[in-house]
Formats: sequence, C-alpha cells, structure tokens
Amino acid sequence: MATLFHPPLTAFPTSNKLHLPSPISARKGQIFVVRSDAGMNHLLSRGAHQSRTQKLLTNAVATKPDSSTSSKAGHELLLFEALREGLEEEMERDPRVCVMGEDVGHYGGSYKVTKGLAPKFGDLRVLDTPIAENAFTGMGIGAAMTGLRPIVEGMNMGFLLLAFNQISNNCGMLHYTSGGQFKIPIVIRGPGGVGRQLGAEHSQRLESYFQSIPGIQMVACSTPYNAKGLMKAAIRSENPVILFEHVLLYNLKERIPDEEYVLSLEEAEMVRPGEHVTILTYSRMRYHVMQAAKTLVNKGYDPEVIDIRSLKPFDLHTIGNSVKKTHRVLIVEECMRTGGIGASLTAAITENFNDYLDAPIICLSSQDVPTPYAGTLEEWTVVQPTQIVAAVEQLCQ
Amino acid sequence: MSFTATKFAPSPLSLNSTTPRSNDKPLSFSFDHSKTNPSSSFLGSTRKLLRFTALAKPRAQARASTPVADVLLQQTSNLLITKEEGLELYEDMILGRFFEDKCAEMYYRGKMFGFVHLYNGQEAVSTGFIKLLKKEDYVVSTYRDHVHALSKGVSSRAVMSELFGKATGCCRGQGGSMHMFSKEHNMLGGFAFIGEGIPVATGAAFSSKYRKEVLNEADADQVTLAFFGDGTCNNGQFYECLNMAALWKLPIVFVVENNLWAIGMSHLRATSDPQIWKKGPAFGMPGIHVDGMDVLKVREVAKEAIERARRGEGPTLVECETYRFRGHSLADPDELRDPAEKEHYAGRDPITALKQYLFENNLASEQELKAIEKKIDEILDDAVEFADNSPLPPRSQLLENVFADPKGFGIGPDGRYRCEDPKFTEGTAQV
Repeated sequence: MATLFHPPLTAFPTSNKLHLPSPISARKGQIFVVRSDAGMNHLLSRGAHQSRTQKLLTNAVATKPDSSTSSKAGHELLLFEALREGLEEEMERDPRVCVMGEDVGHYGGSYKVTKGLAPKFGDLRVLDTPIAENAFTGMGIGAAMTGLRPIVEGMNMGFLLLAFNQISNNCGMLHYTSGGQFKIPIVIRGPGGVGRQLGAEHSQRLESYFQSIPGIQMVACSTPYNAKGLMKAAIRSENPVILFEHVLLYNLKERIPDEEYVLSLEEAEMVRPGEHVTILTYSRMRYHVMQAAKTLVNKGYDPEVIDIRSLKPFDLHTIGNSVKKTHRVLIVEECMRTGGIGASLTAAITENFNDYLDAPIICLSSQDVPTPYAGTLEEWTVVQPTQIVAAVEQLCQ
Repeated sequence: MSFTATKFAPSPLSLNSTTPRSNDKPLSFSFDHSKTNPSSSFLGSTRKLLRFTALAKPRAQARASTPVADVLLQQTSNLLITKEEGLELYEDMILGRFFEDKCAEMYYRGKMFGFVHLYNGQEAVSTGFIKLLKKEDYVVSTYRDHVHALSKGVSSRAVMSELFGKATGCCRGQGGSMHMFSKEHNMLGGFAFIGEGIPVATGAAFSSKYRKEVLNEADADQVTLAFFGDGTCNNGQFYECLNMAALWKLPIVFVVENNLWAIGMSHLRATSDPQIWKKGPAFGMPGIHVDGMDVLKVREVAKEAIERARRGEGPTLVECETYRFRGHSLADPDELRDPAEKEHYAGRDPITALKQYLFENNLASEQELKAIEKKIDEILDDAVEFADNSPLPPRSQLLENVFADPKGFGIGPDGRYRCEDPKFTEGTAQV
C-alpha cells in the first residue's frame, strides 16, 4: 500500500527534507527500536533557537555525545515536524490509520502537526470534523472498535474535557466490559500544558484527570526524537493511548535518525545519569530540570535526571534502579499538586522502594490555582529552576 | 416511499416542518404539504387519550384510512409480510418479551443484581429493525439492551449468563445488564449513559464508509443502527452526531424509541418540541414518525431507511412512538405514570397486534404460534439452567482485559513486561 504513495527518491531534494521526509521504501529493513539511553540529545545543541525554552534547553543539555545509533547523518527537524513524520510514516504503512479532529485537514492542524497530510491522503483519512469534541472522539472510538486505527486530535488538550465521558467510559472501559471482544486502538493527542499567557482554560494539564481511568495508557513526549518514536508506538499499540504534547515544545529542534525507529511506550528515558539524587520529570519540566542541573553541577552535585515519559504505567524498573543508586528522589512536574502525576509517583516509590530512601521524597508541582493570565503570576504557577536547585540542596543536606 | 435524498434536497427547510404527527400516518415523512393537518397533536399527551381509541381500531380500517399506506400496499403486495417473515417476527418478539419476563423473575429470585431495565412493550422496534439486518451490520444500544442483543442473534444463554454474572456470559461477566457486546454479531454494545452510544455508532458508520472509499472494500456496505430514547434527544451528542452523519452521508439509522417517559419525567415536560422526527430535516436528513407499537409499520420504515443507508444516501432519523410496560428499571416503583395511560398502551400490545394480523390474514394458526411460544419457553428454561450451572469468573480473570495490548501493564521490577509474570495471569500481581 505504502508504495503507492512513493514518488521516486529523486523527487526529494535535500532542502525539502524537513517537509517531505524520504519515503519509507528507501528505509525498508532498517526498522530498529532504540532504547531511551541511546537518544540523540547531544544534537539538541545544534540549530537555531527561537524561544526562551530553546535557550534554556541548549544551556541545560549535559548528556554525553552518543555514538551507538546506526544513523550517521540523520535529519534535523522541529518537534511538530517529528510528530508529523511519525504520523505520515504510519499512515503510509497502514491504510487503516486515519486522523480526525478540528482543523486537522485543510488547515493542517492548529500546531501544524498534520500539515500536508490531507492533500496526500485525502479528506477521509485526514478528517476535518465539526467543533464537537464529544461526538468526534466517540466517533473515533466507534471507528477503532470496528477496525480502523484513528488518531484523534484535541486542538487544545483542555478541549478534551468535553469528551471526558467518551474517553473514560468508552475508550477506557469498552475492552474490559466487552470481555475483551473489542479493542480500541486509538491515539488521542494534542497540545497541553502551561503556554505563554494562554489563560486558565487553555493551560490545562489533563494527565492528572486521565490517570485513574482504567484501561488508558498515557505517554508524554519531550523531544523531537521521542515525539516521533512515541507517536509511532502509540499508533501501533492495541491500547487506547493518550499522547501528551506541550505547546511550548513544538519548536524544539533536533537531529533524528533517517532510519525508521519506534520507542517503547512503557519506558522512561535516562536524560542525565548521576549519583546524588534522582530527579523524575516529564514534558516541558524536563528543560527546567536540565537548566537547574547545570547550576547543580557547578555547585558540585551530580543529579540523575529521568524523563519518565510513560505516565501510566510508570516504568518502575528504571525509576527503581535509580532510587537504589541515589537514595533521594525529587519529582518535578507541571501537573497540579493535588492528585497529580507526582502524587501517584510518590505513592508508587514509597510503596516499592521505601527501604532505599534516605530522605522523604520532594514533589514540586504547579500551584493548585487556575493558571493566571499575567506573565508574572503564570511564572509563579509552574516550577522554576531555582526551586529545583533549592529542593536538591535540601534533599542532599 | 418518498424520503429519498434527491426528492428531499431541493427544499430541505420546508420538508416535514409542518407535517403533523399522527399515528394514523406512520409514513408521515411524506413531503407532500397537502397532507398537513394542523389539528393533530402529540400522541404522548395524556390529555389526548380520547384520540387513542380511534387508533386502536383494527388495522385494516386504519390502513384504509390513510392514503399513504394505501399507496404502499399497492406498491408491494396485498400482504406486508410472508408467512415465514411473520413467524420470524413473532418468534423474535416473543423471545424478547419472555426473556425480559424471565429476567424479572430471576431478579426477584436474587439471581441477578444491579440495574436491570426491561424492554417489555417496545419489542416492535427491536424486531422491526434488527430482523432486517445482515450479520455484518452494526447495532448500538442503550442500557435497555438485552432484546437488541437477542434480536441481533446473541444467544439467550450468553445474555442470561451475562446477567447472572457468569464466566460464560457474552462479556464473561464483565459487562452486565447495561453492557451487552458481541463481536461475532457486531453488537457494539449497550451504553449505560444517555447518548454516549450515538458517537460510537457514528464511528462504526464512518468505518463502513472508510472501508469502502479508502480501503476499496467493495463489500463494505454495513449499516449501523443507533438505538436510543426520547430523553437522549435533548442531549448534545444526539445533535452533534446528526450533523456529522448527514454531513458525510454515513450509513446509519438513528432510531428513537420514544417511550414517552424518562424515569418519572414525561417527555412532554422535558422537550420544547416533542416531535423528535422533526429534527431530522433540520440536519438535512429525512425524519420519520412511526407507530412503534406496530411491528409491520416499523418494519416498512426500517426497510427503506436501512436500504437508503446501504445505497449510500445517508442517514435517517426514525422516531418510533412506543411504550414501556414496566417501570424504568426493576428498581423503579413506577408510580408517576397514569394508570389510564398504561392501560391504554397495554391494549396496544405489539405482540397481540401482530398475532391479530397473522390470524386475520391467515398467515399463522393458533397452533403454530403456541408452538413458537413453547419453543421460546424451552429456550429460556435452558438459558437459565445454563447460566445457573455456569462457573463464576475465576479470580485470574480480574485483570485480564484491562488492556488489549498486555504490554500496557508496563515493565515489572525484573525488567520484563508485567504480563510475562506468571502471577499476572493468576490475578495476584499488583498492577
């Protein structure tokens, strides 16, 4: 099926590569699964920087260069392009994969994750829906039950609150209540998190709401590399997967392999190995942590930074090994303090690794407030690098 | 039959909008304005009980009095059904009725628990629609779903056993009364919240269209039936899905089983314009009102709506005006509904009406119908015995179907997927 869509390789000059990734057929037989510690984070330091986040990121990256991937050249792209590349490859690979959501088709998605897909795959495979989250999410679930593999985009994660019933009752429960007869291989994804003064409703972190729904798997991407790998893994999973993206990370640039790769949905990513304290984080807070890590290293600390990525279930294997090594845990999240991912993570670590802890776990979360509009207030709502430094100093006293 | 898209398209706004609702005119989706009758009022009003007596007259007269039905009769044949069809319908309705009666008995005997919503009185809708489907067609139901599952072909044993909470139930005891699924029969489930099944049904219809147009599966002509009640028609998902289904011409039929009541809330007290079928034309699809106590009328409307969907001409909204003979659920004392109203509808029992039609037209003898009833009795006795003797789900089953892809259970402390842990299938692993 995929070959139908392939123009000859020569049709893709290198300058176009970002927008029209080289076809899968050119990479056949090169699929490989990369473990998280074989990432290409060092490459993040290359390329132009357009935002504050980008600068933080560049300064913060402290991992060693990696030489283990089979990719020599790779290609550089932004996070939203990486997501699109993953999407496009999966749509080429499997004609049952389709996208639905508000403005995903002709407009290309509000963050351009689906740009160019509608002209290529047609209006049915990249379906522009009316503004009716409840109904089109339910429709995606019905389509998934009957053989398709839809990716539903919430234009903003917060809008998915309107589809909460469908996500909870149907997405999460149907496989179980039907006694295993029906599978719901759906991916629900979209931009969330605190952006730049987007106001309370557009700055939501729904992972805490979704985490207790049985039967739903949750994963958060944070780099172009893991965004693509997790997108592909989510599409291939037979489970309903919610893929969390962050509004402020879409323009992160990174060089990623040309070869096809798929990541494990259940695996945490070792961002920076260290000895003194385990810092668990995910999504955008990874960059606040890495900025703090730079300060901490200068102060003589050697923190271990883990991007947990899998928000449900937790990769307690990676987390546990780190706790056994450092005996101290700091959790940094953008989620709400009450009932958040950090709270669940704290509970899981206390339950499983209490004997290894030398100090109580510290969990830094967002304040329990609706995200304010004013820039100063918004900044105080989410965890800042100085707080992370202070928390590590306290933990390591 | 005039609700084709082509006839309908030129003046969508005027269609149906002034056509009154009348039980004498089951095919009131006619777009002929000369048939308007402004004096007609909504059937569900208890103040209009007098009108009902006129409706209860013998079918032959009722049909003769309606020009639309006359045309219909001439178009097909003198009889609406063959003998075989008649007996099949009768058997299905008896199965539905007797099954639900058996449920009540078993509930009061403590064999099943929870909320059990019975379908008594509404059989003409399930039978009238679902018996026209092919096995590949999809059915999406509500919390009142036992009979839809039975009509679609799920065995009495599997449904009864599910209600008993046994491992041999159609959902291994994990669904229960309000969540009946059968992949084999494309029964996409009972949905326990109002309206949530409609988007899922719309998705199934989208799948059919996708398979045909994107995957080029020539035989992908499945039709989806979405069943729901009058209360759902005040819910946003209903409107959202009517819009999407009409927009993309999805092969779906929206079947409203208007039984006039929520639990204790009358449809008339809940809905600004109680004529639900009128909402179809507003979305660019035919809206049809049919007597939901008359399986033959339901069947005729269903036939056209299903064929229309299969032809790729898009969705239809069918309002079947029906009545439930029991309370909302077995836990409902049913004290609010007027005894006179209940008595009136009891007199319009759809099974009695079909029986009468079969006799009047010499399609079946008393003996044949008795034989069917006896057969169903035996099937249900067997189903109860089967359910009673079936094993309870073992503990190891508890965690088995949370995730379809067991890798979703994550990586255990030993670095292996938890699903590979032998304790996992024993149900003792912590998740």
